[in-house]
Amino acid sequence: MAATSTGIHHRSYTSELRLRATKAEYFRLGLMTALLLVLPFVLDNFWLSQINLIMIAVIGAVGLNILVGYTGQISLGQGGFMAVGAYSSAILSDRIGLPTPLAIIFAVLLTAAVGVFFGLPGLRLKGLYLAIATLASQMIIEFIIRRWSWLTEGAGYINVDRFEFLGFQVGNREVFEQQWYWILTILAVLTVITARNIFRTGLGRSFMAVRDQDIAAEAIGVNLTRAKLTAFAVSSGFVGLAGSLTAHYSEVVSWEKFTLDVSILYLAMIIVGGLGSIAGAVYGAIFMTLLPEVIRRVANALESSMPFLADQLPAVQNAAFGVIIIAFLIFEPRGLDRIWQRMKDYFKYWPFRY
Amino acid sequence: MSNFIQQLIYGLADGSILALAALGFVLIYKATGVINFAQGEFLLVGAYMFYTAFVVFNLPLLLAVVFGVVVATVIGVLVERLILRPMVGENPISIIMVTIGLSMLLNALVQAFYGTSPKSQPALLPRSSIEVLGATVPLNRIFAVVIAAIVLTAFTIFFRKSRHGIAMRAVADDQQAAMTMGISVRRIFAMAWALAAISALIAGVLLGDISAVDQNVAAFGLLVFPVVILGGLDSVPGTIVGGLTVGLLTQFTAGYLDGGLATVIPYIALVLILLVRPYGIFGEIRIERV
Repeated sequence: MAATSTGIHHRSYTSELRLRATKAEYFRLGLMTALLLVLPFVLDNFWLSQINLIMIAVIGAVGLNILVGYTGQISLGQGGFMAVGAYSSAILSDRIGLPTPLAIIFAVLLTAAVGVFFGLPGLRLKGLYLAIATLASQMIIEFIIRRWSWLTEGAGYINVDRFEFLGFQVGNREVFEQQWYWILTILAVLTVITARNIFRTGLGRSFMAVRDQDIAAEAIGVNLTRAKLTAFAVSSGFVGLAGSLTAHYSEVVSWEKFTLDVSILYLAMIIVGGLGSIAGAVYGAIFMTLLPEVIRRVANALESSMPFLADQLPAVQNAAFGVIIIAFLIFEPRGLDRIWQRMKDYFKYWPFRY
Repeated sequence: MSNFIQQLIYGLADGSILALAALGFVLIYKATGVINFAQGEFLLVGAYMFYTAFVVFNLPLLLAVVFGVVVATVIGVLVERLILRPMVGENPISIIMVTIGLSMLLNALVQAFYGTSPKSQPALLPRSSIEVLGATVPLNRIFAVVIAAIVLTAFTIFFRKSRHGIAMRAVADDQQAAMTMGISVRRIFAMAWALAAISALIAGVLLGDISAVDQNVAAFGLLVFPVVILGGLDSVPGTIVGGLTVGLLTQFTAGYLDGGLATVIPYIALVLILLVRPYGIFGEIRIERV
């Protein structure tokens, strides 16, 4: 346990279960809220679009972290599940004509069901075997969406209508990013709050018990089958939400957006952020979404002195990705979340060392 | 009939190359317990290293092979020493991710230095074809099968007879016991990675010769997963059976049903096998006790 929670004397279980106990924590929460409220008024459209992508990534990464970080079930099928969410939501809203929010809800439920189906091998498999099984599920889903021409009406992609709900429609270029910012931020915040609270309930604790020692968990009465399948359902639900938001935000769905690379990108987010930490998933989503853009800017800035960087931009970005994943796993396996904890501890104890 | 023979030879050629790629994978898993998602990239790097030596540096064939083997060994040992050794004792998720990171890095390096367009190199194996039972079969596929068979046999003999091979099997069986018998586990780990890189090099060069040297070599490497799941993650004979099965399955699906389906059929087979017999045909069944 990080030292940040010491020095607080709990007198009841309810006070121990509180998410925030100290003034500093409330202060940071206030700061966060203020920042989120101010952002859309100070940033230009380009950076807002980056923030919007981050919000979608936050939802997807939190979803994946529930499965991988908290339940210990590794999944390489993230891209496939996002595709299920994106396609079902696009078809339900555009072709069947459901109101967008309703279509999103159905898409989430459908993705949860698909997640449970592909989670079935997880009942018998662990670790590397499960990783390979989910790799197969990614390949199979990708194949289905590429080949099943009914999905895309033969075009290879689906155009999605502009987000609309009860007469409200997302506006044109000037306000587009800002309106989406509010939609996505609210959903991302709700996702974070929900996920944080899942792990204060018995269900969430059973997930963690499965991760830490599944046989022991079963011995103390955790229903392994139910815990694993629920984890797959909850996680894929969030992932489906991220997928359907991708569809409505970018207004076009095509299979290239949901390849194995996406699965790996999301795994990288939760590794870099911190496995088994909701805050970590958020940090990871921010880090990994901004990384390509940062590298692009650095490469452009260095174009005169090191033309190689700018010429080989995609390769340089991929290499940086690989190096960052490896470096985090070797030097800080618990990710940015742990670094942040250490920083907080340092200031808390200053001028003492511990 | 002639069509069938042709599919068969193509399938066997793909299958034996897959078996070589999977051999490296199984070696690493058996000796060190690491599941190597970068095996496909080892093929890629091997194919490009050979291309560099043979075409760019214009070395004679034999020297090019030696160059490739040296580079493969160095890469294998370095990867083990720098990336996997610090990860000893971490959970499977971290180890899988570190090899995925490695695969992205290797892939990006190859892309940065050689670009994405396919490279052609002078044919190593004869390009002409012969008639077998009424079918026209390119000779290079048959040679690929033969070379793969020779290499796999050589590896098998190495494991059975040589000192190092026996030491490797001992480490795979029980690290503690092997250590007490004076076997250097570290050296065995390094050797497993080096041998894996060499077998991937051979597979990569064969694949580069019968198709082209490009990024698809790495995509082909992803097929080792169905192979090893079918054969068993820790079984050397399993890689041969698994490799040939997957090669034939893919080829026949492409030939008789649908080329697109062929890319995904190994994975469908993989899921079915996992549901029925998770430890593969020859894999060791692990029973958990507490």
